[in-house]
Amino acid sequence: MNTTVARLTARGLFGRRRVLILLAVPVLLLGVALLTRGSDLDRLDLVHKILGTLALGTLVPVIGLVVGTGVIATEIEDGSIVYLLAKPLPRWKIITTKLAVAVGSTWLLSAVPMYVAGLILYGTGGRVALGYTVGALASGAAYSAVFLLLGVLTRHAVIAGLAYALIWESLIGGYVSGAQTLSIQQWGLSLTESIVTEGAVIAPVELPTALCLLVVVVLGATAYASVKLAGLTLGSEE
Amino acid sequence: MAVITIDKVSRWFGNVVAVNDVTMSIGPGITGLLGPNGAGKSTLIHMMSGFLAPSSGTVALDGTRIWRNQEVYRQIGLVPEKESMYDYLTGWQFVLANAELHGLPDPGAAAERALALVEMGYAQDRHTGTYSKGMKQRVKMASALVHDPAVLLLDEPFNGMDPRQRLHLMELLRRFGADGRTVLFSSHILEEVEQLARHIEVVVAGRHAASGDFREIRRLMTDRPHRYLVRSSDDRRLAAALIADGSTSGIEFDPAAESIGGSAAGALRIQAIDFQGFTTLLPKVARAAGIRLYTVSPADESLESVFSYLVSS
Repeated sequence: MNTTVARLTARGLFGRRRVLILLAVPVLLLGVALLTRGSDLDRLDLVHKILGTLALGTLVPVIGLVVGTGVIATEIEDGSIVYLLAKPLPRWKIITTKLAVAVGSTWLLSAVPMYVAGLILYGTGGRVALGYTVGALASGAAYSAVFLLLGVLTRHAVIAGLAYALIWESLIGGYVSGAQTLSIQQWGLSLTESIVTEGAVIAPVELPTALCLLVVVVLGATAYASVKLAGLTLGSEE
Repeated sequence: MAVITIDKVSRWFGNVVAVNDVTMSIGPGITGLLGPNGAGKSTLIHMMSGFLAPSSGTVALDGTRIWRNQEVYRQIGLVPEKESMYDYLTGWQFVLANAELHGLPDPGAAAERALALVEMGYAQDRHTGTYSKGMKQRVKMASALVHDPAVLLLDEPFNGMDPRQRLHLMELLRRFGADGRTVLFSSHILEEVEQLARHIEVVVAGRHAASGDFREIRRLMTDRPHRYLVRSSDDRRLAAALIADGSTSGIEFDPAAESIGGSAAGALRIQAIDFQGFTTLLPKVARAAGIRLYTVSPADESLESVFSYLVSS
């Protein structure tokens, strides 16, 4: 960790208009929770729908995408990354610091409001709120790492990330069970399944597999991003 | 002594060769990297600053390879061409962050010193996003100088500056050069380079076209015509004697040229083919014919003409 890198990263992430998109997510989630609390729908079904489909399935990847790419892709895009790179700083230190900021922000903006929304909707019953929160912590960290890597690898990180989240996870993952094994969302869901005691959470990926893949992906993406950042090329457009 | 050595370096992007087998060495003092747009100047600077790998050859600082070696930044200060520089920070915060990133023992003092050096202390509390181009350039300079580097690399530092800012920056760079730092700047504008750099490296179409003091560069190009303005006690007789020799390709008598000193009005405009031959021939011929030389001045030793020769070749 380098505190200066962390400070610059956090200010860049929250100091622009991006913060509005980011804050919209927890506001939306809490708003939905409050609005539906008074309805006469089946509470258990509702909490699974909101925390599972809406939050874990959509909001966590969106936050992960905006934050993961936001901590580095913008700087690479506008060239200001030069000021970080033209320093005697180990590249892995820059990457791990940025990853820490990304993971922390993703957790703060998705897992925390998810837990609160879960409490509003269903209390602590059946460990539903806890289960989805743990799932969001795990998948949020993995999304951050993968999207940060994309930010280093390509100038089209947001599009590549959207393609992964929408096409691979949601579309293909919805129909092809094999694709679910390589889905960050399903790994998170696997953790949720192991914790929640009420209602039907069906995770297609076994817990040990999910845990292994989560660790491998986070470590692998971080290591690879460090290597790629060390060889970052500027001015290839000439 | 900080010396950047570029040894047989080529860089290509796909099918496009941006830098073609360049070998040069850049030592203390101010060096101007001159060439038209797209000549490969930025590519060379990117390689010298460790942001681009040479496709072949090596770029080194005092014998240490620069590519993928972050330790070189303890010695290198870099002023990039791009303007983006964390617009949400103030000048002070920006320079301070750079000092911290270098791991300096007293980043606050270093930032203060660097900002004072570029005379930006008065605007240090404004956001860099509100700065003019010249102010941004100076704050970028401060960030590059904050760790007191031996090498300063500047990519097109005068781009978009007004004349006053330009003069200020030139004065700053002269000071760093005089301090014994290795200062390299790129430019496509001849006057800038001519005013600032004694030593010039010329790049044209990715090739290293010339190197040295610009007068020297001119002399190196012996296969090209050199023009002289000569005034003497008897221009016509001198012309006749000179034209007999093979080192001269054309002599024009210009009766309109103003007279200087004791000479009559008019002067000779001489085009020499062989620089060495002509400079030894002229005094010999003049002495043999009993003619006094009043003026022998190179008519086209400006950088402009050197450059246009190089570009057209």
